Amino acid sequence: MSFLHLAIVAPLILSIFIPLFYRIFRQIHAGWFVLPLPILLFVYFLTFLPETMSGKSFIEMINWIPSLEINFTAKVDGLGLLFSLLITGIGALVVLYSIYYLAKNKEKLNNFYVYLLLFMAAMLGVVLSDNLIVMYAFWELTSFSSFLLIGYWYERDKSRYGAQKSMLITVFGGLAMLGGIILLYIMTGTFSFTEIMSQANEIFNHALFVPALLCILLGAFTKSAQFPFYIWLPDAMEAPTPVSAYLHSATMVKAGIYLVARFTPVFGEHFLWFLLVTSVGILTLIWGSVFAVKQTDLKAILAFSTVSQLGLIMSLLGAGAAALHYEFLDENIYTVAVTAAIFHLINHATFKGSLFMAAGIVDHETGTRDIRKLGGIMHFMPITFTISIIGAFSMAGLPPFNGFLSKEMFFTAMVHVTEMDIYNLETWGILFPVLAWIASVFTFVYSMILVFKTFTGKHQPEKLDKKPHEAPMGLLISPIILVSLVIIFGLFPNLLSDSLISPAMASILPSLLGAGEEFKVHISFWHGPTIELFMTLGIIILGLVLYKTHFRWKKIYKGIPEKLALNRFYDFVLEGLQSVSYKLTNTYMNGSIRSYLVYIFAFLIVILAATLFGKNAFMFSTSNVSSIGVYEVALAILVVLGSICILFAKSRMTSIILLGAVGYTVSLFYVLFRAPDLALTQLVIETISVALFLVCFYHLPKLRKFETRMRFRLINALISVGVGAIVTLIALSAHSSKLFDSISKYYVENTYTEAAGKNMVNVILVDFRGFDTLFEITVLAIASLGIFGMIKLRLNRRKEG
Amino acid sequence: MEILMAFVIGILFMTATYLMLSKSLLRIIVGTGLLSHGAHLLILTMGGLKRGAAPILGGNEEGYTDPLPQALILTAIVISFGVTAFFLVLAYRSYQELGTDNVEEMRGTEKDD
Repeated sequence: MSFLHLAIVAPLILSIFIPLFYRIFRQIHAGWFVLPLPILLFVYFLTFLPETMSGKSFIEMINWIPSLEINFTAKVDGLGLLFSLLITGIGALVVLYSIYYLAKNKEKLNNFYVYLLLFMAAMLGVVLSDNLIVMYAFWELTSFSSFLLIGYWYERDKSRYGAQKSMLITVFGGLAMLGGIILLYIMTGTFSFTEIMSQANEIFNHALFVPALLCILLGAFTKSAQFPFYIWLPDAMEAPTPVSAYLHSATMVKAGIYLVARFTPVFGEHFLWFLLVTSVGILTLIWGSVFAVKQTDLKAILAFSTVSQLGLIMSLLGAGAAALHYEFLDENIYTVAVTAAIFHLINHATFKGSLFMAAGIVDHETGTRDIRKLGGIMHFMPITFTISIIGAFSMAGLPPFNGFLSKEMFFTAMVHVTEMDIYNLETWGILFPVLAWIASVFTFVYSMILVFKTFTGKHQPEKLDKKPHEAPMGLLISPIILVSLVIIFGLFPNLLSDSLISPAMASILPSLLGAGEEFKVHISFWHGPTIELFMTLGIIILGLVLYKTHFRWKKIYKGIPEKLALNRFYDFVLEGLQSVSYKLTNTYMNGSIRSYLVYIFAFLIVILAATLFGKNAFMFSTSNVSSIGVYEVALAILVVLGSICILFAKSRMTSIILLGAVGYTVSLFYVLFRAPDLALTQLVIETISVALFLVCFYHLPKLRKFETRMRFRLINALISVGVGAIVTLIALSAHSSKLFDSISKYYVENTYTEAAGKNMVNVILVDFRGFDTLFEITVLAIASLGIFGMIKLRLNRRKEG
Repeated sequence: MEILMAFVIGILFMTATYLMLSKSLLRIIVGTGLLSHGAHLLILTMGGLKRGAAPILGGNEEGYTDPLPQALILTAIVISFGVTAFFLVLAYRSYQELGTDNVEEMRGTEKDD
């Protein structure tokens, strides 16, 4: 157990003690006990910086299930460290924010912080695990803790709906990912990611490569809310705002991004990877941005904007994977896509976190998040307004904030896609920058709506529950820190380039690096009249026009998007599945014993007949048969007649007597076939059975005493003829293909010498195979006790009095 | 002889199945009785028929019939008797309690909750 492992599970350990602290220290907000941990962890992870900057990675392993190659291997490399810093850093800020956001006396704080710590540990585990099974375990723990957090206010219907939806979708993707991991294990024979990566070239043409790729991508797309799986994210906004800020903007939704980045060295060179990641990303980007404009709830706007920005990062990772096709570093212009992806990942975490917190403050201080009720609160909440405007401008991609830089790089990457000479991108590649540009225009519009509809315009005090006023300082600290980062990263982007971005790129594109090389990242070329600059200018101009005329064209939304909304489809599928399976189960589980017997017999016939003829097992030979005698034929006719007459017997008495007749004939068969003990037993037992049948017959209920013949049913007849035929056929083929002699010679020879008996059957029963007899006696004993109990025990009567 | 017995057994199985698919509880039990007869005869037939004397040592030159299937059938007869007796008393008790012998009418009551 190293310090690194301890760091990963530290939140889990702390979560055990939180309820304890909560009970003992009633006066202190439980969040204060949580806060030191993420700060400590953040500092601890900072100490890894020098190591990853020099291109090294740090691995620690403890055994978990070594026989299955499942070990808790923790690995810190550039990518893992970047995510760990995000998780712990934003985690600390969110905990601080939540201390002021959630009231001490009204909320179930113990639950909240336990769930939050579970989530933090799970996220750290996902990004720092080198063993894929362990990563999967943490991955499901994130889904699970996110489910708990979304359903935090479980007394609300919408929370439960949102929690269930996110659970179903992310677990669906998680299971697909597990499938992908197992396929990778089949191909490479290891769960260790480092080893899988080193075998990437060997498995490239394996038949399971593409299925594994698709499974892994499915996991990433569901977790990162990509099209069409984004639908859970807007509903997850029912969670408390700190949760939305933490999980649904900065960390959990980026687990899918992490997965794609992590697996780029394995799958990146495949055409499908490039195509799916890039085009799904672009589609999500434009879809999310178009729908965000329509929303009227602050958090809903932010949710769709998160979806859209995640699509942007995803598309950049896809385009970055194309860099793997160009095996030289100096002139490789496509690596800029990866740089942009990582840079935007950081930027998005900062500005989206601050925007969520600002939205939470507005909600907290005015009582609503509806932009139709808000407006003109700029003067009441100047600090919140400043935070929001910086966050929103960064989101829209305006200088001098960090969003501007990453958006410029995004355009650079998208423009470069058109220059690729692979996959026919010279022709249809032009779609990428065009779609990206349109999406950015919408991004600009919703960012402006977010800020200006909330804070400027006419103040409507009559629609607000509370009198708006500035938030307490405690609530403001975290968003202020985040927006300062927005500005710092905007003005001094190269602060990050060597420390975080370059090592992370080295983890995503390791094959492009020779020994001792490192990526030279310089985010300083934002001067100069490049095409990207004009694209940004175009966005600002068109965006301003669209924003000003928003009230005119927003009616278009009323017609289109309702039909395109995928929520309806999801609800339809969910309800459909339920009702269809309910109906289906009711159709075949109808409660009638007869139909179940029909199924059982029908399957018996079909399976046996298929095997018999499918395997060419049917045989018929007369070489082994004995001669037919007159008495046997007579008995056979009697048995057949007797049993068939039962079918047509009208009275039950007749059928019982016929059954007795068949039984006695069978005992005569035993006489003819030289089985005296059997004949004796059969005679006695048949007599007792018939007597018992007559007892039952005598006690038939009075109400239905009139007796009817059995009604003919075609299905029953077919089934029973089938059963009879299949038994005959199997008996014939079994007898015709005798493979070896009986072992009974031993019994014949040793009955007297070994067991001192002359009756072989009896000696077998009590000596050679005495255990059978012992338990047969037990069966009889149990049956008699059962019968005694059934007759004597009348619990029901007693209860009724 | 074995071929003839195969057909006899087939017919026993057929009638047993048909009876078991009926609605009357008593007929179902009659069906199980026929089914066990069929199974017992099947064991005997598959062991081979009429090869020598009854399996009791007594200086027979031509050998004996196979004793093993007979021992197996003896066990099976006793067990099926035990089960049939239990089943019959169960049927008798359900006549008493439920007042019907029609299995289609014997359905669990739907719970309201």
